Amino acid sequence: MNQRSSNLLDEALGLDQVIEPWPLRGQVVAIEDQVETSGSFVLHHLLKRSLSPNSSNVTIFIAFSQPFSHYDRILRKLGCNLVSQRDNSRFFFFDMLKLQCPDEGITPEGGLIALYGKIHKTISALPEISWKNVSIIIDDLSLMEVAANGSSDYVLDFLHYCRTLTSEFDCSLITLNHEDIYSSEDRPTFFIQMEYLADILIKAEPLATGLATDVHGQLTVSNKGRNKVSNFHFKVKENVVECFYPGRS
Amino acid sequence: MAAAKTRTSTFSRNLSTAAPSHGPGLKCGPNGTVFLSSGIPDLDKILGGGFPLGSLVMVMEDAEAPHHMLLLRNFMAQGLVLGQHLLYSSPARDPRGFLGTLPSPAASKDDKSRERDPDQEKGLRIAWQYKKYFGENQLDGQRDGKHEYSNEFDLRKPLERHFINGPRIDCVSIQDCPDLSTLRDRCATFLSQFPRNDGSISCAGRIAIQSFCAPQRAYSNMEWDMLSFIRSLKSMVRSSNSVAIITFPPSLLSPSFCKRWQHMADTLLSVKAIQDEDKELAQLLTGYQDMVGFLNVHKVARINTQVY
Repeated sequence: MNQRSSNLLDEALGLDQVIEPWPLRGQVVAIEDQVETSGSFVLHHLLKRSLSPNSSNVTIFIAFSQPFSHYDRILRKLGCNLVSQRDNSRFFFFDMLKLQCPDEGITPEGGLIALYGKIHKTISALPEISWKNVSIIIDDLSLMEVAANGSSDYVLDFLHYCRTLTSEFDCSLITLNHEDIYSSEDRPTFFIQMEYLADILIKAEPLATGLATDVHGQLTVSNKGRNKVSNFHFKVKENVVECFYPGRS
Repeated sequence: MAAAKTRTSTFSRNLSTAAPSHGPGLKCGPNGTVFLSSGIPDLDKILGGGFPLGSLVMVMEDAEAPHHMLLLRNFMAQGLVLGQHLLYSSPARDPRGFLGTLPSPAASKDDKSRERDPDQEKGLRIAWQYKKYFGENQLDGQRDGKHEYSNEFDLRKPLERHFINGPRIDCVSIQDCPDLSTLRDRCATFLSQFPRNDGSISCAGRIAIQSFCAPQRAYSNMEWDMLSFIRSLKSMVRSSNSVAIITFPPSLLSPSFCKRWQHMADTLLSVKAIQDEDKELAQLLTGYQDMVGFLNVHKVARINTQVY
């Protein structure tokens, strides 16, 4: 990719400048969305950026939501071939669609510990120079809770363990969760903890005025490290996400 | 979809020739998806072709009106008429009784004019607000061959017996079931008949689960069990050539779990009754007196794509 059109999202995340070393290293990025406005396009965009040919980044993708074929098709349109990245050991796909604890003697705690072990093993097996450039992407956290049969404490423990990876190996952790599930809860401990853990918070919300053809929603990026909050509108297309300030589509 | 051989560049020649021809009632869509009809042609149009195979449709019921049954009836009848397999589950003691209420396909209209003659309004139609702005030509173009994919149904006429008594239907009652493992196993057996592979699809399956909820079974982890059932159904459906539709009453769920269920759905619809004698609505909507309810499309399935 010679002329990469960086957009407002890249700017807000610090991805518009150099991407080697990976600007999000050592950081926890939490993406939040709602039923009306899905935030998975942010995940796809970050996945594409992390697998850019200009970087040597390695991505571990933990999928609770969709099978590999789904992401493969989407990323292909975005200009990234997941199959060849997987063959070149730059992309590791952990298919967790069928994981269900308790099941066959695996407790929720046990299942998540096993998953963490697998991630740790995969990273340790990489050459040491790659350690700084690992991204762990989880899609999505609410389904991890379902897989753990509601034991949110174990899921939170798992996330804390993953956070230690960000300090031990300097990798980045990118998660997707659904804010509207927790906003109707009495004690949204899990969600608040996640927001607290996050260094960068990306919220995808619908427009206050409702549906529109030209604008699919608004993104609010809160970057605690840079002490910066950005807000802009977006439109999701097949091969790109267009971001623009309100009023300029 | 992943090929086994290694590639040196990111370009790969697409070796598949024309799209494989599929069995009746199936239509190819973009991004490698194949659609089947919801049984309501207008709804198919709104959804961009129909329900994609491998997707989970969820319908939020209105506690005050049984309009979700109309959606289910059309969905089930459409499958039976086209020779697709059906698994139906309901809280009733004998779900088979419901099959007698399935509608028969309406007699095809031979004339080209689409006058909205009130006597012709036999079936369930979506009174799309802006329909009157579309020219007639646009709607007539797809007449030919349409009956191989979707039908208009006449709700006043019951479906012929031979469709209902065939071997392609299975019914499950979830009344008096201690847990969901029976239903899960029946779904798994049913779906194993339609595994997804890259070839042409000979047959598709439909699962219709009506009023999925269990207020009387209130042991502590029931909500999570139901959620994990939906999740496992979704993943089974995803790897098969079928569509599952679940209707549920949102008022019987806690708000947080209701949101979780909504996020599970690939396609999310809701039905709401229209009050009789609502003067404001009568002014707002044309044909108000013929309308029975609102159908809201909250989410449309995005399989293999990030756009609608």
